Amino acid sequence: MELHADTTTNAGQLLAASSGGERRVGDRVFSSLSVAAAVTILALLGGVAFFLLIEALPAVEASPSQLPGDQSLIDYIAPLAFGTVLAATIAVLIAVPLAVAVALFISHIAPRRLVLALGYMVDLLAAVPSIVYGLWGIFVLGPAAVGPMEWLEAKLGFLPFFEGPASVTGRTMLVAGLVLAVMILPIVSAVAREVFSQTPRRLQEGALALGATRWEMIKMTVLPFGRSSVISGAMLGLGRALGETMAVTIILSVSGIVTFNLISQANPSTIAANIALDFPESSGLAINTLIASGLVLFAITLVTNLVARAIISRQNVQ
Amino acid sequence: MTALDGRALPDWAPYGAFAGSAALAALLLLAAGSFSVALLLVVSALVACVLTYSWSRAVEGPRRAKDRLVTLVIVCAFALALIPLLSLIFEVAKRGIPGLSLEFITSDARGKIGGGGAAHALVGTLVITGVAALISVPVGLMAAIYLTEYGEGRLRRALTFFVDVMTGTPSIVAGLFAYALFALIFGPGIRLGVMGSVALAVLMVPIVIRASEEVLKIVPNHLREAAYALGTPKWKTIVKVVLPTAFAGLVTGVMIAIARIVGETAPLLVTTGVVDSINSNPFEGRMQNLAVYAYSEYRTPGVFKQASYDRAWAAALILIVMVMVLNLVARLIYRRYRTEIR
Repeated sequence: MELHADTTTNAGQLLAASSGGERRVGDRVFSSLSVAAAVTILALLGGVAFFLLIEALPAVEASPSQLPGDQSLIDYIAPLAFGTVLAATIAVLIAVPLAVAVALFISHIAPRRLVLALGYMVDLLAAVPSIVYGLWGIFVLGPAAVGPMEWLEAKLGFLPFFEGPASVTGRTMLVAGLVLAVMILPIVSAVAREVFSQTPRRLQEGALALGATRWEMIKMTVLPFGRSSVISGAMLGLGRALGETMAVTIILSVSGIVTFNLISQANPSTIAANIALDFPESSGLAINTLIASGLVLFAITLVTNLVARAIISRQNVQ
Repeated sequence: MTALDGRALPDWAPYGAFAGSAALAALLLLAAGSFSVALLLVVSALVACVLTYSWSRAVEGPRRAKDRLVTLVIVCAFALALIPLLSLIFEVAKRGIPGLSLEFITSDARGKIGGGGAAHALVGTLVITGVAALISVPVGLMAAIYLTEYGEGRLRRALTFFVDVMTGTPSIVAGLFAYALFALIFGPGIRLGVMGSVALAVLMVPIVIRASEEVLKIVPNHLREAAYALGTPKWKTIVKVVLPTAFAGLVTGVMIAIARIVGETAPLLVTTGVVDSINSNPFEGRMQNLAVYAYSEYRTPGVFKQASYDRAWAAALILIVMVMVLNLVARLIYRRYRTEIR
């Protein structure tokens, strides 16, 4: 296929070259345009890092007394980074098993006629804007979660996660994590669905022919085949959850502390939510500080995505 | 799956088991005096699992019992995953409709205490999204053409890789980038509509590239070869043969990319700011968009709190309808107008 494409390209270029200057000018202009677009996009990504770095520098150089809260930049960002990772971890822990089940349902269990429609419904979850998730989280899920969270405090209060006192408004880390889980579920399940449906037929039919039940077949062929893709899908979901802003901004009631308590009124904020909350009213060095925290978020998500992509491309080579 | 030895549950067993469990669960909950729909669903799912497993184990043996159990768990998980979607659509419709009115879409909020509409946000959404599309569609399309028609070697590999990475950029980071860029040129504190467009373009470009590359790749090579054989230069082959063949797919890709960014809030919060009168000039002054409007109505409700919340939900309803219509129309266009490729 590659080779084929190359020969046609060469033939086209030869023909173009042999037939007059005007055509060659057209070709040269068009191909330079396309290369320029490619370079522009690489420059854009570089530019994101570069401009954030420049605007973050003043905050790095400033002394702690000039920064918001009279603390050093690291002390300012660390609790936020903790909150970011905590919320995203909850989301991934809830979303990944569900997403695998959803993917298995669509690829192996649902009736064939329904597959397209069901897939579309799951994709719709991904299309809902985050502001809508935020409003839904604070007005619907939060109040509905108050009862269950009180139950968690009463029954599982000995665990640090459910220490309580349970929030009466539902604006807790657990609810924020749940909403994030709903938001990343379609991403993880899309990746998983893709690879589950690519499991070689001969393996699946071989397992069934040997008398395996459907679940035994899935456990022996589909899951091992899709394992690394599910991991990379989970990483992509993690990346999305780390950077998600509005849902967390609206739902979480924040107080800048560091705690594993998921159901109380006092929660650590996340980097993204903190920017959304403070940026509109900030000026001067406070802006630079927020941009520095944004740079940290960018770095965290970049690494997560790089790892995810590396896993995917290694899988493709095999 | 019928067992060869004939010892199998009847076809209606899964449904029967579930109906039985629901009835049993209802009785249990009524007896305990704590009946609610959510609790009923949870308890009946648990009872159904136990019931199906033990019934099947007694008749069909442990292996098939486990198969039935896992199938049931997966079905329940799928239903669980759909609950948020259904609840969300239902709640947005229920709470959004009271806020909708002719005034809501025709007037702005300037000087209207506790009232007014979202016309300024509608205009802003159209302008900001439109400019973002104007920036990202040509660049994204040309980059996709580079990837499928010209690209080779390191640049091509780097572009493929970094487009994937760019897809994961948090939207708030894109907003901060646009702010940092414009703040360096125009000084700090700047807020412009076009800044929001730049931020959205950063998010939109990778989606456009991915989608366009996908459809350009499936344009068959024999069409290109036929054009070359007629002596057509390469650029003309691309413009006159490849792009028209892929046209429906390209339009679909762009529409889905627009649907993805039209509801963005965070990047606009830091770039276009908040304003309450109509501004249709992206190069002058602050601009409002529907998502930011919904957020600020929620965040800083006026004197009449409920009216503000109503407006926030109404804006959310308009947004969700926009996104779904865009997605639906995009798919319809693709089905209706795609070139049959043999």
